[in-house]
Amino acid sequence: MKNWLRSTVFATMVALTPLAASAQQPQKGGTMTVTFKDDVSTLDPAVGYDWQNWSMIKSLFSRLVDYKPGTAELVPSLAESFEVAPDGLTYTFKLRPNAKFTNGRTITAADVKYSIERAVDPKTQGPGAGFFGAIKGHEDMQAGKASELPGVVAVDDRTVRFELSRPDATFLHVMAINFASVVPKEEVEKAAGDFGKKPVGSGTFKLADWTIGQRLVFERNPDYFDKGLPYLDKFVIEVGQEPLVALLRLQRGEVDVAGDGIPPAKFLELKNDPAYKDQIIQGDQLNTGYVTLNTRIKPLDDVRVRQALNMAVNKERIVRIINNRAVPANQILPPLMPGYDKEYKGYAYDVAKAKALLAEAGLKDGFSTVLYATNTDPQPRIAQAIQQDLSAIGVKAEIKSLAQANVIAAGGTEGEAPMIWSGGMAWIADFPDPSNFYGPILGCAGATQGGWNWAWYCNKDIDARATAADAMSDPAKAGERAKVWGQIFTDIMKNDAPWIPVFNEQRVVVRSKRMGGDASIYIDPTRVLNYDALWIKQ
Amino acid sequence: MANYLVQRLIQTILILFGIAAITFLLLYLVPADPAVQIAGRSATAQTVANIRRELGLDQPLATQFLRYLGGLIHGDLGRSYAQKTEVMTLIAARIPATITLMVAGIAAELAIGVTLGVIAAVRRNTLLDRIVMIASFTTISAPQFLVALLLLYVFAATLGWFPMSGFGSPAHVVLPALTLGILGAGWYARIVRSTMIDVLNQDYVRTAKAKGVAPLRVVLRHALPNALLPVVAMIGIDIGQFMAGLVVVEAVFGWPGIGQLAWQAIQQVDIPIIMGVTLVSALAIVIGNLLADLIAPFIDPRIRLR
Amino acid sequence: MRVFRELLRRPLALFGVVIILLVLLLALSAPWLAPYAPDEQLFEGLSLEGAPLPPNAQFWLGTDTLGRDLLSRVMYGARTSLLIGLVANGMAVTLGLLVGMTAGYARGVVGAILMRFTDLMMAFPALLLAIVLAALLRPSLWIVALVIALVNWVQVARIAFTETSALAERDFILAERSLGAGHARIVGLHIAPHLVSTAIVWGTLGIATTVLLEATLSFLGIGVQPPEPSWGNIIFESQSYFTAAPWLVFFPGIAILLTALSFNLVGDALRDILDPTQRGRG
Repeated sequence: MKNWLRSTVFATMVALTPLAASAQQPQKGGTMTVTFKDDVSTLDPAVGYDWQNWSMIKSLFSRLVDYKPGTAELVPSLAESFEVAPDGLTYTFKLRPNAKFTNGRTITAADVKYSIERAVDPKTQGPGAGFFGAIKGHEDMQAGKASELPGVVAVDDRTVRFELSRPDATFLHVMAINFASVVPKEEVEKAAGDFGKKPVGSGTFKLADWTIGQRLVFERNPDYFDKGLPYLDKFVIEVGQEPLVALLRLQRGEVDVAGDGIPPAKFLELKNDPAYKDQIIQGDQLNTGYVTLNTRIKPLDDVRVRQALNMAVNKERIVRIINNRAVPANQILPPLMPGYDKEYKGYAYDVAKAKALLAEAGLKDGFSTVLYATNTDPQPRIAQAIQQDLSAIGVKAEIKSLAQANVIAAGGTEGEAPMIWSGGMAWIADFPDPSNFYGPILGCAGATQGGWNWAWYCNKDIDARATAADAMSDPAKAGERAKVWGQIFTDIMKNDAPWIPVFNEQRVVVRSKRMGGDASIYIDPTRVLNYDALWIKQ
Repeated sequence: MANYLVQRLIQTILILFGIAAITFLLLYLVPADPAVQIAGRSATAQTVANIRRELGLDQPLATQFLRYLGGLIHGDLGRSYAQKTEVMTLIAARIPATITLMVAGIAAELAIGVTLGVIAAVRRNTLLDRIVMIASFTTISAPQFLVALLLLYVFAATLGWFPMSGFGSPAHVVLPALTLGILGAGWYARIVRSTMIDVLNQDYVRTAKAKGVAPLRVVLRHALPNALLPVVAMIGIDIGQFMAGLVVVEAVFGWPGIGQLAWQAIQQVDIPIIMGVTLVSALAIVIGNLLADLIAPFIDPRIRLR
Repeated sequence: MRVFRELLRRPLALFGVVIILLVLLLALSAPWLAPYAPDEQLFEGLSLEGAPLPPNAQFWLGTDTLGRDLLSRVMYGARTSLLIGLVANGMAVTLGLLVGMTAGYARGVVGAILMRFTDLMMAFPALLLAIVLAALLRPSLWIVALVIALVNWVQVARIAFTETSALAERDFILAERSLGAGHARIVGLHIAPHLVSTAIVWGTLGIATTVLLEATLSFLGIGVQPPEPSWGNIIFESQSYFTAAPWLVFFPGIAILLTALSFNLVGDALRDILDPTQRGRG
């Protein structure tokens, strides 16, 4: 029996409500300028997967469900309502009647089916195909044996049904992820392989102009189904701008948001300047910076050694090196993540105890090992700080600071990299659910050639508990499920210590005086910058 | 002459193919898997395998190379792994910025170098000459990034006369062009000085002088034009120098040219882009060298085109 | 000896020699003279907010972003730069001489192939090649040296080729040949000695190029691995601080500039002394 279910998270939401008017009321209109150093690589929602294009794609396209701005709370978006079967294996979404692509065509259930299948289709070369693993027929399509997903059914123009092969508690989050964005088939075909540079969607904004290597112009989508959004008429992304330059331009009023944040040298100056008090926003994000300890390389295969290394790193000092723009971490999950264990204190900095543990493991004189890190500042510096800490307990770590691609390759090769500092590639969650911190980076499935489980940690017992936790798909049990996950991560650190969690990096944004809005939309947990909700004081 | 050009054209094509082959081989020795890089952190092994197959990376090296060459013959540089766009489009979009910088940089080199060279030649063996020569030695010994950072510090960060980086207005080009100008001017100054001294010693100049033509006029009307030919030849070589050093200037000044494109591609092991930029730069170098060689016979009649 | 005396008679070359000796002395004596270990991250070397300290009584040249003594790092950096300069340039000159001499002497097919390959390398965007290799081949000090050598041998090869082909046609070589002397003997006894001055000139000038190239690679973060200091990577690590802490760029920058300048001055003077016909850009 099916029942129209209103989950706890959906209870209050019918549409995106404007931000709580704590400070001021959002105003409409105006053009905002944002700068970045790197060029935008692609705006194809099935392909784009970096922190910079992530939020732009979010605003160009819409998905069945989405997050309330500035929070990790799921709300209906393209779907006006949905229904979950009691066994958690069937999800039925009812589309809004008034949702249109920016080419004028009304969005139908067939578009949803096409878009999901496109994301899974090997020909798309999309990195997100694996997120849809629970949908029936996923394996056949990924293996190239089928050209469609029988688990996605367009019941009628406005109804789409997902049939799953196993319960998946994260399924609604998956429907909110960029890869699940709805795209118009005709435009994808018209772009002939260049959809990433000529995107057409149904989001709050549309792409008006793109001068490669210089700027992108996004204009308000007048047909967006929520007439209240967005607030801005237009925003311009300027690329190729060094953070330092961006900041100077911001001070002169030429730029509204410096997308790459504040460079270290200027950070202290600005932070200590009362004039900038309201312009600097510093807040937590869903991120943990960590060192992986390869559980398959001697002597790191001994848990006592891994625990000793955990105790040897002076996290306070490392945080100081990056000008206190992070908080020391004691566990895998970041504090904002459901399941974060407030009781667990991790391994305290204790050189004497670390030495004792090493001696117990038969390594009184320490050992030599290698620490990998990417070669962009400040990562080599942080690696050197870790190196110095380790040398205090007799562990000589040689640093290999390499291009990111080389670090990833070394991490994904068995027996290659004893330790990797994750900075620059640090795990920022795809969606705010604790399971996202497990599967690919700590689960057995990720411990393969080319995988991202660089600790090569595989605990069958924990894997089983993780699978069980993800089967708890009843939204009413979300709180209970978070607890289960929290216990899993605490047990991983307590018993196996495959990582040294170093810090939770905060996001620091500087905005111009005229920018309004709550701090939370500048450090949106799911979007980085939430273009939909930003506004300018007139 | 036509014969010579045809010969050079064939040579150029062979060189480009050779460069393509070497670069291709080197890039495939790299211990990084582009598919893993693209697939990102949440991908399953199946997804990675699919991406590898779609990119043709599972094929033997020889097959991949032949396919690349096949494309190259048709002027196709392939598609970017990460950006999923034609490499040709990406390069074409950035070429104007690179050429702007190159032209402005060479103009700055000429302006500074020729002026200093003439002054040194006219006032040869004076203190001024010494200072100019020491200065030219110093600039050719300075690393590009250092000059760039110093100019940024003085003229952009401290004095605020010019924008720190970026592209768009003429003011943006000043500091990067000046960086190139200062670094390259030393070479021009030395060449102009030595050819000018030769020319000034020649009979017709002496005659003009003896006839009472004003000294400045002698230098500018009679001596300088003759001293400029080697300078033109050097511009050809300079194009090569510029293309090779592209990555650094463009990185420091955030200049949206092909050097920046290459640097981003290197970070992502986006092999088609690295190949494309290498080939385009090599082409520019070959053309620059050809220019220098074509001018050589006019400078020194003893050199004849083969 | 004559060469050396003549060298010291030129003021600019003398200046170069003095600076080179000074840098060499600093590099060799670094373990004894440097006030701190180059990789020691001192607690008092950073402000409480984590900013580097400007030059002061305790740290003469200031500290870097990890609280290390900049003077010690610049001194140890001299070791890295000189080592790479000598090794990489030595390899480049050797390789260049071998290729050039072989091509110039053997001529025929071998010579043609070698010289076409040299032409090809001339058209390679050298720095781009070096950056690609250094970035993607897991950099270490020796890889950096190798990369630099692979890029820098070409010019030497061309000059050696020109000189060897001219020599090979000279009567005394032809005479030796007709007398049945072995190729190794001819090359070793009659050709190589004529190339000594070329080797000396390029061995000196090339060090300047090499020091600059190493600094550039390290500046891009793809050179010598941390925490080993090199002048280039000191600047790389401090780049984001350069407006707030210009001394971090200034001091190592001066070191690079002076060293490269000195080798250029000495090399240029040597070229004048040893071979007055070869001038200009090289």
